[in-house]
Amino acid sequence: MDSSAQVIIANLTSPPVLAFALGLLAVLVKGDLRLPDPIYQGLSIYLLLGIGIKGGVALRQSELSDVAVPAIATIVLGLLIPVLAYLFSGKLTRLSEVDRGALAAHYGSTSLVTFTAALVFLEQSSISYEGFATTLLALLEIPGIIVGLMLGTRHLKREISWSESLQEIFSSRSILLLVGGLVLGFATGAVGYAKIEPFFGGLFIGMLTLFLLEMGTLAGRRMRDVKTAGAGLIVFAIVFPIFSGILGVLFGYVSGLSMGGAAVLGVLAASASYIAAPAAVRLALPEANPGIYLAASLGITFPFNLTIGIPLIVLVAQSLEGMVG
Amino acid sequence: MSDLTAVSLVTIVAETALKPRLTKDLMNLGVSGYTVTAANGEGSRNRRAGDVDGGNVMIQCLASRDLSLAIMNHLEAEYFENYAVVAWVSSAEVIRKERYS
Repeated sequence: MDSSAQVIIANLTSPPVLAFALGLLAVLVKGDLRLPDPIYQGLSIYLLLGIGIKGGVALRQSELSDVAVPAIATIVLGLLIPVLAYLFSGKLTRLSEVDRGALAAHYGSTSLVTFTAALVFLEQSSISYEGFATTLLALLEIPGIIVGLMLGTRHLKREISWSESLQEIFSSRSILLLVGGLVLGFATGAVGYAKIEPFFGGLFIGMLTLFLLEMGTLAGRRMRDVKTAGAGLIVFAIVFPIFSGILGVLFGYVSGLSMGGAAVLGVLAASASYIAAPAAVRLALPEANPGIYLAASLGITFPFNLTIGIPLIVLVAQSLEGMVG
Repeated sequence: MSDLTAVSLVTIVAETALKPRLTKDLMNLGVSGYTVTAANGEGSRNRRAGDVDGGNVMIQCLASRDLSLAIMNHLEAEYFENYAVVAWVSSAEVIRKERYS
């Protein structure tokens, strides 16, 4: 067996991915594995805050000069990807401008769980990456949503209330917890983190496994919408992440990241948001059909990235190492 | 002993994402308070992001008849077209009527 097949199988047999598959299966057999809502909410707080804190601790150990160029590259990606998603979806589907703007917001933003699964995968494969990767995650969350909303409202008669929308995006729980966690981790440093490590570090993959069980049931229910969404959307939701993932890897190398770091930026670029973006889009762009953007981001792209996308992007990063940058 | 007087009970069931906006709007329109409960169900629209964010909410408030009409008109103007929202007004009886403007 060659190493790339091994890489993919190692990913498919990791506990979080298997739990996700169990959640999917439960929906197929019409069983009910949904976690009680407060537990799901609690787990998402734990994951967001924990990832933020660990990222903050790592950011403190990084030099500002090492972070600056990748940070700029990430913001450029955040502005570029939604525009590309908008254009791509126009070629592949017959969706309205509003729905394509909503898709652009989702693909321009990023998925925390996909990012986390990628870190778990890299650690499993003993590939190191820059500690400030979480900072890049935080930077990529918001620009894509804003660009997507701008694209989606271009052809609408009404004016969008930007002050209200921005306030809602910046005060959303996922942004507050992630950015708050980064600040907290940065302030407390490695010494402070040592005290909470058993909870936020030792238990982390177990908690992630539980969370992915729930994500499996959510994604499974969204897959029902996929049938009505049409072949063009399915192609988009698989091909576009591969394209944006490769773009992310290239941006990573050009901005001086290591192989592991470039792979993380690739995964960030490939992933589509399904927590921050849906809430923002639903409020600011209610004309867009959630059945379409959630089917694409949660029903297709998320499972694809979790199973095949992550190892594929790592393989791309490995094969491009030394050729770029 | 106080007597019972009639007021309007406004009940709004909406997708969870709308909760902050709706409750802010209600306070701006002049209600003295409201109650929010988690709600679940099915409807004609079935176009919401609520799955990820947690179903629906039911928001209830007591109001004078005039205010309840103002609330319904506001919902019609701002929400009914694009969002998953249903709302109705029913009658209730309270003591301390002066609390419900």
